Amino acid sequence: MKGSPVPTGEGSPGASVATSTSPGLRAPTRRGTELVMLSFAAGLVTLALILVELNQERSLSLRILYLGLAYLGLFACAHLAVRRWAPYADPAILPCVALLNGLGLVVIHRIDLAMEGTVFLDGSVWDPVAFKQVIWTAIGLLLFAATLKFLPDHRMLARFGYTFGLVGLVALLLPGVLPGFIAPTINGAKIWLRIGPLSIQPGEFAKILLMVFFAAFLVSKRDLFTVAGRRFLGMDLPRARDLGPLFAAWGVTVAVMVLQKDLGSSLLFFGIVLVLLYIATERAAWVVLGLGLFSGGAVIAWKLFTHVQQRVSNWQDPIARYEVIGGGYQISQSLFGLATGGIGGAGLGAGRPEMIPEANTDFITAVIGEELGFVGFAALLLIYMVFALRGLRSAIAVRDSFGKLLGGGLAFAVCFQVFIVVGGVTKLIPMTGITAPFLSYGGSSLLANYILVALLLRISAAARSPQRAPKPKPQQPAIADQHTVMVERPK
Amino acid sequence: MNTPLRRVGMAMMVMILLLLGNATWVQVINADEWRKNAYNKRVLLDEYARKRGLITVADGTVIADVKETTDRLRFLRTYNNGPVYAPVTGYLSVTYGTSGMERAENDLLNGSDDRLLARRISALITGRDPVGGNVQLTLDSKVQQVAYDQLTAKGFTGSVVAIKPETGEILAMVSTPSYDPNALASHDVKAQAEAWTQLTSKDANDPLVNRATQALYPAGSTLKVVVAAAALADGKNKDSQYTAKGTVKLPNTQTDLPNFNGTPCGPGETVSMETALAKSCNTAFGEMAGQVGASKLRRQAEKFGFNDQDLRIPLAVEPSTLGAIPDDAALWQTGIGQRDVLITPLENAVVAATIANGGKRMHPYLVSKLLGPDLKSIGDTEPDEVETAMSSANAAALRDMMIQSEINTGGEGRLQNVQVASKTGTAEHGAKPLENKPHAWYIAFAPAQKPEIAIAVIVEDGGDRGLGATGGKVAAPIGRAVMNAYLAGR
Repeated sequence: MKGSPVPTGEGSPGASVATSTSPGLRAPTRRGTELVMLSFAAGLVTLALILVELNQERSLSLRILYLGLAYLGLFACAHLAVRRWAPYADPAILPCVALLNGLGLVVIHRIDLAMEGTVFLDGSVWDPVAFKQVIWTAIGLLLFAATLKFLPDHRMLARFGYTFGLVGLVALLLPGVLPGFIAPTINGAKIWLRIGPLSIQPGEFAKILLMVFFAAFLVSKRDLFTVAGRRFLGMDLPRARDLGPLFAAWGVTVAVMVLQKDLGSSLLFFGIVLVLLYIATERAAWVVLGLGLFSGGAVIAWKLFTHVQQRVSNWQDPIARYEVIGGGYQISQSLFGLATGGIGGAGLGAGRPEMIPEANTDFITAVIGEELGFVGFAALLLIYMVFALRGLRSAIAVRDSFGKLLGGGLAFAVCFQVFIVVGGVTKLIPMTGITAPFLSYGGSSLLANYILVALLLRISAAARSPQRAPKPKPQQPAIADQHTVMVERPK
Repeated sequence: MNTPLRRVGMAMMVMILLLLGNATWVQVINADEWRKNAYNKRVLLDEYARKRGLITVADGTVIADVKETTDRLRFLRTYNNGPVYAPVTGYLSVTYGTSGMERAENDLLNGSDDRLLARRISALITGRDPVGGNVQLTLDSKVQQVAYDQLTAKGFTGSVVAIKPETGEILAMVSTPSYDPNALASHDVKAQAEAWTQLTSKDANDPLVNRATQALYPAGSTLKVVVAAAALADGKNKDSQYTAKGTVKLPNTQTDLPNFNGTPCGPGETVSMETALAKSCNTAFGEMAGQVGASKLRRQAEKFGFNDQDLRIPLAVEPSTLGAIPDDAALWQTGIGQRDVLITPLENAVVAATIANGGKRMHPYLVSKLLGPDLKSIGDTEPDEVETAMSSANAAALRDMMIQSEINTGGEGRLQNVQVASKTGTAEHGAKPLENKPHAWYIAFAPAQKPEIAIAVIVEDGGDRGLGATGGKVAAPIGRAVMNAYLAGR
């Protein structure tokens, strides 16, 4: 493994040593491009930090420059890790992440400044969290590098599919079933595990574990799902017994919704499963069926649970429920901020994030929308889109089914999560409470997402690296002279 | 698998496009609705971060000041002599918004007015904080203080408005009970809420309402000057004869229209317009209104400023009205300022000022100058003649009749060496007029030959005289003291 840092799409790693001998034909790694874009991101983030400090009327010092350089250094290390362990990885993904994470750090710091000295009802004083998030970023990048190093080929994951699935399921449901002293209810949701001074959101990691499981499971059982059942309304319905996994996923979703009162995660999880099923089977029937199941579940949940009803009525008319406890205050403040920011924004550091509860987690995009305006908000969404589409492109380009499925799922997961949280913040859909990837404060979310990025980069590296050693072409016999080769039947 | 992957890609793009479209709706197209929502304190907070302009009275005394603070709202609005000026300044509150001049001239005071644009840009370039413009009022501090003291000395609920007839400048505008706007401007949200609860409680008697511009009262006998003006315009003169009976029946009804105490207006069958006005005879003015007719009476009232739906001084003013006049009985009652006649103290002062100004109605105004932060004027209010309500000859005739009325009016505090023209009113109100204490009115101007101040005074519910109150006994002394304060101070 050490001999060749270049994983290939086929064959065992190490078979493509020849690349080093024929540099002229070597596919471009584009690592230089990545470094330039990373520097650009670091520049933007430093500028953002300067703006915050200026608008908050704090004295500017060289400290900011150091911070910017430290940030660049952090991502330069990540860049070196990619260069070393996944040189053919997509060059646009890491800079997107760096920009999002950097902007997130600046905004979290900015919210710290706004909340400085705030005393809460229980007597506790606001605790600045920006520095903690910097530590989490560093740990996240370590995890990122470790994933790249110890996972030279993403297909290794498929072998542990069932293990991952079990661990993921337990992790997802654990906070819901554990007693309150280990799994406290915070802001109405029971999704945290408290171990000593640390609070972990296992659901964030479960998301990735379950995606690996589903991708592995669907690839190995793919044929089963494509066997046609009855035709109905022009769609081939799957056979009843093949519906098992879908129903299982649906059951888990409902359990998450009921036990943990975490609507966002259940929606995200179910959406991912549906998309994986669709990609694996290429049949829209699954999506229709799944959406039907989900809508049914959602309607029943809405009828039964007050916390679901609350979210829906807050969404329908936040102003009417402005003064109700647990009502429309938060979403109204988010909309006020966004609208007051308008097209150009109040300016970084010149808005009023302290008026939005949960400004540095679920509602961080509202703060960005207020301070950077529609222009900045749109740019933010486009960065997410570039990130997700580059990931998807890698999935399309990679040659193995597992990679395609996992890559497509990971890319979709990020995009869908953005849709759920930003849609909630901007009142497109009911607010469900979920973090904005790479932006929101929170260690679990950040660490899990860095693993996700590492996996995507690993898949993109497999997609972009030269497939086979480009042997000198003149020595190859013409196609007509070659033997017919028996290719292995796809599993 | 690539086909479904591509479709998922499309779905992802659609999701982002939906978010972008929704953001466009919230932040651009529909932004104003959210921005201007009453719950949105961001705009207000931004204003607090800017040094708000001052409000000063005519002699330069600052009545609304700003103080820099150390809390999150950088500037605290402070009001000097708050209750005296509160009806004009209004309040500026983080929680409860703005009122009065704080609202009417908000753009200038907070510095967002277009006329301050050049200064804003230069502030941006030089890096200084943008500052709001200042508002200089027409109010005369001495007259305002006397008017306030007069009303509050006996705990009256009511209002005084004083206008300079020649220009329309408002010299005093008082409304009682008043309040201290400092309590609402406090940065302590709790103190604000306490003050607000107390001011809006039932027992507080609506201190936040500026009675001068917002309260509508039956005009009572003060409307007789409008009826007389209509009759004069109709070709009558001060010697025209009207019935002198103590009581008449309203046309086509069995309802009595009595004079005050049912007293006949004179010894004979008829009495002159001059005497009828001086003695405030209801029977004569009922008949006079009947002769003039509803449409001419209404036209005359409108010439005096009734029914002006969008009068801004720049505070918004409730339009005064004669009400519907369905039949002759209603017309006769309207002739003595009862029935559905509703008038603001400001409008009644405008009536007095218009007669004083030879029949020319001037637009009443409170703001004499708008000043930039550098105290350079960016807009002086020029006196504006709205229309000629009466010919100067008729105005002079009416003035002479009002001089007789003043001579005939009792009450204390008659002005020495200054001739006053006035009309009192004792306005009945409520469902049972004879059991409700009447409102006491007094409108006047002085000196009669060369008027420099016109006033309207109302004291609600008879002041300290209860059922026996009259305009002459309760309101006239206040009006005279106010005019005296102005005339003596020159």
